[in-house]
Amino acid sequence: MNAVPVLAVDGLAVQFGESRVLHGATFAVEEGGTTALLGRNGAGKTTTLRAILGLVPHRGRVRLDGEDVGGLPAHAVVQRRVGYVPENRDVFAGLTVAENLRLAERDGRPRYDLVYDVFPDLRPRGAQRAGTLSGGQQQMLAIARALLNPNRILLIDEPTKGLAPAVVARVVDVLARIGREVTILLVEQNLAAARRLAERAIVLDQGRVVYAGSLGAFLADREGAHRHLGVALDAAP
Amino acid sequence: MKRRAAVAGLFVLLCAVPLIPLRAVGVFPAPLNAPGTLQILALCLVFGGVALSYDLLFGYTGLLSFGHALFFAAGAYAANIALSRWGWGPASAVAVAAAAGVALPLAIGAVALRVGGIAFAMVTLAFAQAGSIVAFSDPGHLTGGEEGLGLVVTRLPALLVGVVNTRYLYWLALAYLTVVALASWWLVNSRPGRIWQAIRENEARAEVLGVRAYPHKLMSFVAGGFLAALGGVVYVFVVGGTAPGITTANLSLALLVMVVLGGAGSLWGAVLGGALYEYLDLRLVALAGSPQVAGLPGWLRVPLGQPLFILGTLFILFVVFFPGGIAAIPERIRAAAARHAPAAAAGESA
Amino acid sequence: MSTVVLLAVTGLGLGALYFLVASGLSLTYGLLRVLNFAHGAFLTVGAYTAWLIVTRAGGASIGAFGLALLGALAAGAAIGAAVETALIRPLYRRHIEQVLVTVGLGLAIAALIQGIFGADPRPVPVPAWMRGVTVVLGASVPNTRPLLIAAGLVTFTCLTAFLSFTRWGLIVRAGVENREMVRALGIDVQRAFTLVFAIGGMAAALGGALSAAYFGTVDPERGTVMLIYAFIVVVIGGLGSIAGSAAAAALVGLIQQFANYYGSVWWGFPAAGDLAVVLLLAAVLLVRPEGLARSAS
Repeated sequence: MNAVPVLAVDGLAVQFGESRVLHGATFAVEEGGTTALLGRNGAGKTTTLRAILGLVPHRGRVRLDGEDVGGLPAHAVVQRRVGYVPENRDVFAGLTVAENLRLAERDGRPRYDLVYDVFPDLRPRGAQRAGTLSGGQQQMLAIARALLNPNRILLIDEPTKGLAPAVVARVVDVLARIGREVTILLVEQNLAAARRLAERAIVLDQGRVVYAGSLGAFLADREGAHRHLGVALDAAP
Repeated sequence: MKRRAAVAGLFVLLCAVPLIPLRAVGVFPAPLNAPGTLQILALCLVFGGVALSYDLLFGYTGLLSFGHALFFAAGAYAANIALSRWGWGPASAVAVAAAAGVALPLAIGAVALRVGGIAFAMVTLAFAQAGSIVAFSDPGHLTGGEEGLGLVVTRLPALLVGVVNTRYLYWLALAYLTVVALASWWLVNSRPGRIWQAIRENEARAEVLGVRAYPHKLMSFVAGGFLAALGGVVYVFVVGGTAPGITTANLSLALLVMVVLGGAGSLWGAVLGGALYEYLDLRLVALAGSPQVAGLPGWLRVPLGQPLFILGTLFILFVVFFPGGIAAIPERIRAAAARHAPAAAAGESA
Repeated sequence: MSTVVLLAVTGLGLGALYFLVASGLSLTYGLLRVLNFAHGAFLTVGAYTAWLIVTRAGGASIGAFGLALLGALAAGAAIGAAVETALIRPLYRRHIEQVLVTVGLGLAIAALIQGIFGADPRPVPVPAWMRGVTVVLGASVPNTRPLLIAAGLVTFTCLTAFLSFTRWGLIVRAGVENREMVRALGIDVQRAFTLVFAIGGMAAALGGALSAAYFGTVDPERGTVMLIYAFIVVVIGGLGSIAGSAAAAALVGLIQQFANYYGSVWWGFPAAGDLAVVLLLAAVLLVRPEGLARSAS
């Protein structure tokens, strides 16, 4: 199993003005499966994804399939077959659903059949303005955008945030299905969802990687988990 | 201490200019103590002061206002109208201009500062433009419309009237600049000034630290506006009238250019920027007509004859390459020298 | 009645002119968040290009005028693209400096044109039919007004079609809303920036060329004057919105004409309309400052 990891991050450091958000994070994501990126608020999870994508200036090395992409502008990183589902979904409210998808067409053959199969709700709503969709539907659209192109890895940021439990369940189902075919790095505060989707975990605390390994093993160590995540695990549904 | 001595020395030198019959060939058309030269210098001093008043807003508080010229013009027009249309005496005219210099920025600032960033800049531009429209419209035959209003000198002290007395106007301009410089120096080095700079750096953080930004921004706006209005009064005396050109956005933009060229956030930088701008604006046209330049090829001669082209281009170059303006140049030279002589420095710092 | 018709047509004609200048500004501000103070200079370049072509072509024929319009469009596209590439792009992320640089550029270009062609307005030879009038509802309407309105409508249609039906138009619309997300979809927004500046330059230059026909003269200061009205239209109409600019431009033109006329007739204040629209700008900004601060979503 000497395969080059899909994503390898080495000493990733990000600084905003005077505050350092990431202090040299180092981890790797192997091909296949879903890896959860955990940590409490402000630990640097979202910043990590954005730095990998090249949306924020950073130091350290980022390698995709062995290729160094650290200095590339964001659009070039994404063109190397990285999909991104941002924290606030960021669908274009003024554009229609169809236009949102069309904009996301990146490579030669967009997989509309697959997208409409996974998200049947989107097919009849092509002409609907994305701003009028419900939160759950917008989340589906955001994921659909990332699914439209064959990607090496999907970076997904808190997809269940702010959604009703029934919708959360549907999102988790979709991600489970997608996760069987593409590598996913998933930032998630919802531990139940993370437990269902991911086998591995990378845990950030104050901008540093404090754990990289089996998610199950991490959560089994209640004291360590509580310390780094700040949640009482008994309360997790 | 060296700094203060230098400033004091400069001040004495400036006071003595009207007594120096030196010919600065090429720089001025006549000897230093000739009326023509003194008027140019007086205008340079006036705009040095007005640029400094704008620096308080833009350089220190971070308020990008596109309407500062309005206050300068308001002071000028108020004084001129009082003297020339209403027949008041000079003291009353100055009082009216001073009152306008407080009331107008207070009213406009109270409203404009409710928004920030580009919106604030556009609101100030809008109000300045409104003022310009009013000046051009000549309401009640007060402003003289497009032709402006010549200064009626009947009630002025004899000392300020007549070409032969230009030296007194020069000293008046120097007094104005001194007042603005002292006031600005005192303001920026005291508590309000430090708060202004904190607001400029990061308004959100300043508010978190308990500073209420709005009243301090308003104070900066009014202080700058008031000092500019005083400049307007001196301007009327030096130039002998007002023309609506001083109300246009062009002058506000010119103030911005002055401060950026000289160095935003630096007191002497702003003064230098204002004086230099005014000098180039006045002298470049004459220079373009001179025999040396008339002989140059067209593509060189034409731009040289347009002060705003030179100044606009310089402005762009400074914004891109020298954000600190002229005032930052000594620092950059020092930094560059330090980089090139690390061995010597290391040896010395033992 | 004929007065009202004349005022309305003139107001709409001027509105069309404001729309031409404002549409480009709205797009560039919406997409790049840069308030381009050199936009007025684009107009002036277009005006003088048209004037040069018409005077060189020897006369005031329709053909010469058509050629002049094309020349203005080309000049506008060129200067728009050049400004974006040389000045705006290198100052990426330095928003205040971007604005300042356009201020300097606006001053420099206006001064250069003044240096080359002189500060005085130069007369423009105009095709005969443009100097004529058409009687509409009892009013003698100079033909330049409908020409402007027609040009405004054509530009509006072209811009809307571009935005709605082309991929780059889609990218621009999305970018106005959320530039970063467009990049996160693998699209090089930078090219859209240059494109939008070129389009803005073209529209402004077209406005300049038509203003030469409308006013019968070209002068170096007109760009600065028009720029202020363009700002008003952009603020009222909402950034990045072509339809908004069109509606706001018509509104501003009409208010200005009617208020100027009645202000003159009732109060001897012929600049009442100019003042009214300027104060309208301040009012809108104070009530809805986020119109300039955030994306229109």
